[in-house]
Amino acid sequence: MKGGPDLQRSSEGNALSLRATGAWTAPFAPALERLVAEAEKLAGKKIDVSIDVSQVSKLDTFGAWLIERLRRSFTTGTVEARIDGLSANYASLVDEVRRVSLAPGDDAANVTITGMLGQIGRSVAGIVGTVAALVDMLGAVIVASGRVFIHPRSFRLTSTIHHLEQVCWRAVPIVVLITFLIGCIIAQQGIFHFRRFGADIFVVDMLGVLVLREIGVLLVAIMIAGRSGSAYTAELGSMKMREEIDALRTMGFDPIEVLILPRMLALVIALPILAFLGDIAALYGGGLVAWFYGGVDPEAFLLRLRDAISIDHFTVGLLKAPVMAAVIGIVACVEGLAVQGSAESLGRHTTSSVVKGIFFVIVMDGVFAIFFAAVGM
Amino acid sequence: MAQEVSDPIIRVRDVTVQFGKTRVLDGLDLDVKRGEILGFVGPSGAGKSVLTRTIIGLVPKLSGNIEVFGVDLDAADRAGRRAVERRWGVLFQQGALFSSLTVRQNIQFPVREYLKVSQRLLDEIMVAKLVMVGLRPDVADRFPSELSGGMIKRVALARALALDPELVFLDEPTSGLDPIGAGDFDELVRTLQRTLGLTVFMVTHDLDSLYTACDRIAVLGNGKITAAGSMADMQASEHPWLRQYFHGKRARAVMG
Repeated sequence: MKGGPDLQRSSEGNALSLRATGAWTAPFAPALERLVAEAEKLAGKKIDVSIDVSQVSKLDTFGAWLIERLRRSFTTGTVEARIDGLSANYASLVDEVRRVSLAPGDDAANVTITGMLGQIGRSVAGIVGTVAALVDMLGAVIVASGRVFIHPRSFRLTSTIHHLEQVCWRAVPIVVLITFLIGCIIAQQGIFHFRRFGADIFVVDMLGVLVLREIGVLLVAIMIAGRSGSAYTAELGSMKMREEIDALRTMGFDPIEVLILPRMLALVIALPILAFLGDIAALYGGGLVAWFYGGVDPEAFLLRLRDAISIDHFTVGLLKAPVMAAVIGIVACVEGLAVQGSAESLGRHTTSSVVKGIFFVIVMDGVFAIFFAAVGM
Repeated sequence: MAQEVSDPIIRVRDVTVQFGKTRVLDGLDLDVKRGEILGFVGPSGAGKSVLTRTIIGLVPKLSGNIEVFGVDLDAADRAGRRAVERRWGVLFQQGALFSSLTVRQNIQFPVREYLKVSQRLLDEIMVAKLVMVGLRPDVADRFPSELSGGMIKRVALARALALDPELVFLDEPTSGLDPIGAGDFDELVRTLQRTLGLTVFMVTHDLDSLYTACDRIAVLGNGKITAAGSMADMQASEHPWLRQYFHGKRARAVMG
């Protein structure tokens, strides 16, 4: 490149003079760094060192710093390197970089066995913290609902309806579509395997019990954890980042009452509705497959379904829904409020909201299985 | 309204920007001279930030022509645009630091992208920039969420200056700084302009900045530049908004 920088060296006896020429600017930084490193090798050998910068055509912070670095590496003990020919224009810039004192940067933390064990210990302790935070939030939500129950005027109906539209009404198409497809798949697999025993018709029993008791509500809960749980976390998290939640608090509003209660309530209402629609869609899909693929006509399907399932199966499924909704909502809100200042933190908490939400939904399902077995439903 | 100047670093001609039905800029002309500090004022919502964002290409314009460093950014190809972008620095109103990077990484980010230099030089330049904007080097490993509002401004300026640009856009640089900090900031901008030959395009409401830092002042009103000139011109102006602005209670306090 023309006008590029150069550093000429000439030494006489104990004197070394360096002459910088050309543009000492950022675009030439890689070349400049090489020139300076080259010259620095001579450090400590000469007593009288001068750096002539009168021929420098352009100087910026990069150039000024590298000249300063050069000066420093030649300044040892009694030897003081001089900078000559500095134009008034650039003097203040050189003064500016002279104020820079370098502290050795701390290296990245070393990986040690104690460090790794410490990490494991912190993660385990973190589980306790997570559960405590969930219980804390559950308590806060119950207290807030109690307050709203006593003073119904402070209930945020508009907000609740808005969230109901978001998590319930807008979720209907995708929930119905997916449960429909799952119903089809269960029926197809059932027929395929039962046919070998000539027990095609039992597919109806399997479909009915499986969908109404387990798959319907579980599938819908997992979908809602991914769809609405993540949205709640992201909304609350970005509000937390921009101090909107602090603003609410200073105005005398309780964020739990204003932000979280309507969301929780919307979710608790929405999930049973969606689970019901999901059940119907799955049975419908299964019925269609049984008809076209298994040759079980709709009349026989309905007759068999009536015999195979009792109202208990249906009740068990729908009883689980509001509890799962509450678990998803609480996890999402706790994660949302735990977001710190950075975009990365928002991403991390949104991910963990969905992961924890799904995990707790499945744990709850297991607890329910034991409970219903015990009460004989 | 704009005076013709030879060799303008930014040349804005007949620019119109519209959001929906609201016309924010309406046939605006503006020239920014090389090496000057232009203070840009106007009532809130007049479109000062919009003009800044239009010049740097973040807001699409309906019509008109903008040249920066003599390059028409609409006509330039990708490489041409990048070459121009490398030569300017932008300080956003809220700082716009990358929240998941530390101060060190924020400042080094543009340098690392454009120049192949050693980690040692990157670190040294980062410290130099921090010192220049009046921060202690020990903030380098903090995250933006751990900084005060004023510190965020300073780090953002350090990042805007990381590549030693020829032109910087400052959007309300002194808002949120204490008066001493704001004074230092003006002084810093002056020093940089003197030493680096920097051109500064500064949107500001700070009368102190206008008095101490700016060479020329441009006033935006009704989508056009209603006045441009030195501080003395502004004070002599009969324009009602200008009279109020430069002769109001706060202005008198600044002038003493």
